[in-house]
Amino acid sequence: MQFWIVQTLNSLSLGGLLFLLASGFSLIFGLMRLANLTHGAFFMVGAYFGAVALRTFDGLNFWVAAVGSGILVAAIGGLFERLVLRRLTTNPLGQVLVTLGMSFIIADACLVTWGGDPIPVPTPSYLQAPTRVFGFAFPTYRLVVVVCALVVAFALYLMLEYTRIGAMIRAGVDDRQMARAVGIPVSKLFTGVFCLGAGIAGAGGVLGGPVLSAYPGLDADMLPLALIVVILGGVGSLLGAFVGSFIIGFIYTFGTALFPDLAYIILFLPMIIVIAFRPRGLFGRLST
Amino acid sequence: MMAPPAYALEITSLCKSFGGLSVTQDVSLTIRAGERRLIIGPNGAGKTTLFNQITGDLLPTSGQIKLFGKDITRLRPDQRAHCGLSRTYQIITLFTQDTLEHNVTLGLMGLRSARWNPVRPLSFYGDLAKESRRILELAGLEKLSSHPVSEIAYGEKRRVELAMALAQKPRLLLLDEPLAGLSSSERTTVKSLIASIPRETAVIMIEHDMDTALDLAETVTLLNYGRVIVDGERDAVIADEKTREVYLGN
Amino acid sequence: MKWIALVVLAALLAALPSFAGEFYINLASQVLIAIIFALSLNLLVGYGGMTSLGHASYTGIAAYLVAILTTRYGIGHGISAVVSIAGTTVAAAGFGLIALRATGLSFLMITLAISQVLWGLAYRMASVTNGDNGITGITRPMPFGISLESAAAFYWFALLVAALAFAAMTIFVLSAFGSSLKGVRDQPRRMAALGFHPWMIRWITFIYSGFWAGVSGLLYVYYSKYIHPTSLSTTNSAEGLLGVIAGGSGTLGGPIVGATLVSLLKNYASGYIERWNMLLGAVFLAIVLLMPTGIVPGVRKLFSRTGESRK
Repeated sequence: MQFWIVQTLNSLSLGGLLFLLASGFSLIFGLMRLANLTHGAFFMVGAYFGAVALRTFDGLNFWVAAVGSGILVAAIGGLFERLVLRRLTTNPLGQVLVTLGMSFIIADACLVTWGGDPIPVPTPSYLQAPTRVFGFAFPTYRLVVVVCALVVAFALYLMLEYTRIGAMIRAGVDDRQMARAVGIPVSKLFTGVFCLGAGIAGAGGVLGGPVLSAYPGLDADMLPLALIVVILGGVGSLLGAFVGSFIIGFIYTFGTALFPDLAYIILFLPMIIVIAFRPRGLFGRLST
Repeated sequence: MMAPPAYALEITSLCKSFGGLSVTQDVSLTIRAGERRLIIGPNGAGKTTLFNQITGDLLPTSGQIKLFGKDITRLRPDQRAHCGLSRTYQIITLFTQDTLEHNVTLGLMGLRSARWNPVRPLSFYGDLAKESRRILELAGLEKLSSHPVSEIAYGEKRRVELAMALAQKPRLLLLDEPLAGLSSSERTTVKSLIASIPRETAVIMIEHDMDTALDLAETVTLLNYGRVIVDGERDAVIADEKTREVYLGN
Repeated sequence: MKWIALVVLAALLAALPSFAGEFYINLASQVLIAIIFALSLNLLVGYGGMTSLGHASYTGIAAYLVAILTTRYGIGHGISAVVSIAGTTVAAAGFGLIALRATGLSFLMITLAISQVLWGLAYRMASVTNGDNGITGITRPMPFGISLESAAAFYWFALLVAALAFAAMTIFVLSAFGSSLKGVRDQPRRMAALGFHPWMIRWITFIYSGFWAGVSGLLYVYYSKYIHPTSLSTTNSAEGLLGVIAGGSGTLGGPIVGATLVSLLKNYASGYIERWNMLLGAVFLAIVLLMPTGIVPGVRKLFSRTGESRK
């Protein structure tokens, strides 16, 4: 029984982390029609920033590290968007290639700066003790990760549905030309959304730290999962990213636990099924 | 012995909706072989959407489309081309980097099995080149045959589009705003080209410029909000009350 | 003029082992393998308009099949090569069915996801692939009893295969099917209205492109006598894509020039710089920002412009 509880919580927390990664990716793809392959690297460098900060500054608050890391990664993302991506609006293939190139650069930079050994991120001390309910022990931190993902999901939902900026984003997702024609500052919106996505990914990296730690190759491990989530859930759909993240979280966790050799094939299957029967994904509104 | 099909095109109760939005509402139409039909209606009436369902670029939500008696409702666009359907587009969709001759030759290839040949180049098929030059001549463009499409005038591009569509000797030709954006002299040239289309080909035309297009039409269909409002002989439709309502009411 | 240059080039290439040292002969073999890979990818990217980031999958599948069949089951080279290529082609057909449900960026993402899953499989299914240790001890075949052990012998073998690959793919591209492919790349709706079957044309190209990538995989595993999951990595696919784009996608010579440059750069750079990936990333950025159409079209334009200015 304990095994199932642990695996379920692991699934939920992985799902939560995937959502932090996939939501930004989906928003960026939806609004900017850009498959941001740097997203995994944003997650990883965020994890590194957090891990190193916590290691260097004694007594630094975990949440401050997470948010600070997110802001730093958002800044990097913003610079990249303004200096590089913006020049390539007429070359969508080129945009994808530079995001790939950028991911290589960031990944190698992390390797050079912090070496090849994983840097563990300590769980905040007040969250280390397991939560006991009905005589079962639940790893507290993993619960917290899920709660954080829910909070972010809710905040994003509120922003998209109830704020002016959210309305502008939704308009831009539906019809970019029209949005521009109506006077929506599409370029600024792009930079903003890109920064937001990058920032959430970066903060997510720190949040994932106690679970995954910061290590070279984290980007290559997370990005394909995020891609599968977005393919499954549908591009440009927040709900799709949410549902897809938890589905993949469960499949990956239980798959790895029960059939370690075949975990990747098990991941593959829902993606194939969805693409075969609903190429737009479960909730996708866009065709590309 | 089977009687030949009564109609070139028979559309029955065609409906198309995107989510909650109904763009084609219970449209029924019949076109006889060799007929010249003009489809008119204000912007957003659903004319191009109707065309796209006839060509197969869109699948209808319900209803049936028959081409010369054959049910083509669920066929792919390329399959419909093999049944004798051809079309031109509102925007120019030619191969801009290639010569006029190449454009028409490629068009002719579409119905030949040689299009699958992974070894022989297009130039091997001499009869195709000859045929494509003949077609360009008919369109008055033979002097430009070795020019790339990017270098010719807009009106000439429209004529190439028409030539490509006619090259396949279709039984039904759909023309989507063939006169759009043309100067008055270009319009005359294209009009005479349309007028010279052989009687073996039935023609359905969407056109905004009613004054010019009406001379080419025998029958007219008026669409509004995805519905057929008036349908019949040209003069009758023009005189009809409802036509005036639709245009003046807007 | 062009013919003379080509004949001289061919002679130089054939005679390479007589004036170059073993290191350079081996380097040339690696370049040839990269060229075949880039040519196959160019069919997809340049002529088909389908950008894939998972092409290394096919090199990897072919290489692993040969490695497993020869080392673990002791099957002869002739049969294992045939089975390996057949298997790769079938895999390309299957993956093509999935990936071609989408176009554009979604297609790209699916090819990337598939290749990452295969890479992960290569690592995890250690019982089959030996995981992170890779498979060693692969031998080179002996076609018609000729040994390919020496650098020169393997180089000539690779040169022959590369020449065949180039010839086959050039004929394909210039054929009626090739014209249909280019048409579908440029105006898919128009082509469908004319009677062409865009999906089928794309799928056939996808399979043929996977076939040649498999061939390059075979050559690769014979050359290095070793296979490791990194051969399936996105970095490998990306290097191939960079070669195609840098050289000029959609041209016959582009992939050759591009793949040569990327291979030489990689080899040269790894002697001086530790971090090849960072350099690769930077080169990507530089090419896309500064020379988006690639080298071959750029040079061609330069020549035509200088020709013009003389008038």
